Amino acid sequence: MEYVLIFITAIFVNNIVLSQFLGICPFLGVSKKISTASGMGAAVTFVLTLATIVTYGIQKLVLDPNGLGYLQTIAFILVIAALVQMVEIILKKVSPSLYQALGVFLPLITTNCCILGVAILVIQKDYSLLQGIVFAISTALGFALAMIIFAGLREQLQFSRVPKAVQGMPIALITAGLLAMAFMGFSGVDGGLKVLFGLE
Amino acid sequence: MNNFKVLINGIVKENPTFVLLLGMCPTLGTTSSAINGMSMGLATTFVLILSNFLISAIKNLIPDAVRIPSYIVVIASLVTILQMVMQAYVPTIYATLGLFIPLIVVNCIILGRAEAFAAKNGPIASIFDGIGIGIGFTLALTLLGAVREFLGTGAIFGFSLQGEQYGMLMFVLAPGAFIVLGYLIAIVNKIRKA
Repeated sequence: MEYVLIFITAIFVNNIVLSQFLGICPFLGVSKKISTASGMGAAVTFVLTLATIVTYGIQKLVLDPNGLGYLQTIAFILVIAALVQMVEIILKKVSPSLYQALGVFLPLITTNCCILGVAILVIQKDYSLLQGIVFAISTALGFALAMIIFAGLREQLQFSRVPKAVQGMPIALITAGLLAMAFMGFSGVDGGLKVLFGLE
Repeated sequence: MNNFKVLINGIVKENPTFVLLLGMCPTLGTTSSAINGMSMGLATTFVLILSNFLISAIKNLIPDAVRIPSYIVVIASLVTILQMVMQAYVPTIYATLGLFIPLIVVNCIILGRAEAFAAKNGPIASIFDGIGIGIGFTLALTLLGAVREFLGTGAIFGFSLQGEQYGMLMFVLAPGAFIVLGYLIAIVNKIRKA
């Protein structure tokens, strides 16, 4: 039940983009079409899950036993950068079709702050490895959900006439604001679920 | 004179938030009040000036192929120093900004300036570029924070201007960040085109 709670909280209540403000760059940058948005969502899900497992291992097996907690930021960002490169190389060899689909998005992911953010959050929240993995996957699904809804809205937006000064980024941000407002409707759901599952 | 131009360029012509649209995560995430926005801006400025200076100073020693990872190591070390200093001297601000302090590492403004300016110019000019971009970023964040704080709680920098009962809480919460930034960019666009 605990995992269901983490799952629902991370996707809807604390949506990584719309209420935590992580991963805004790809959210605004590659959300003009639903197809690219879902590609980015899939790439992020893949890398985020892998990165969380690897950084969790680094923290618990290397940094903590040696009292090197202060190296967290440096270690994590290097591991993530290396991991993204590695995933790119392996994908190219093993599954060219998947590489074709995700390839262009992979280099962009290194500077996607939601990867580093989630890696640090998992440590901060003191999750177990399994909880961390569930958290990473559901966060990534929340990211993909927000991306795809937003891309759908932007596709529709192309057909509407907006004032000149608001065209482009401003109207995208205002749309995102309205979307965030819709997601605010989920706030409090996590508290209710806690009571329902008897975790409190 | 030339350095002065570089400085102004960062504040006005290449304002990272309103013109280049870089570093959106901290811009939206930390501006629930003017003081939070300003602290985030200053923290980023600190890293930006030092990273610009260091990268410009060592740019000839770094092989081209491992340029980006080296830049990231320099930036991450600076961010770690900043984390330690803030934890020691301003723990309350450090706690409010939370996750966004380590995330300065992946702020595209810093890597962007390292690549676009520091890698091509001398250390002194790079410092001025860092100061200019940093001030531009800080001003933008403070403005965004002030507007949100005023609409949300009726205060600016904690000084109440109209009673708290007129505040619209939504502007302090997540949707307000997107909407206020959207309108501010629209206003800047209008002024720039006029």
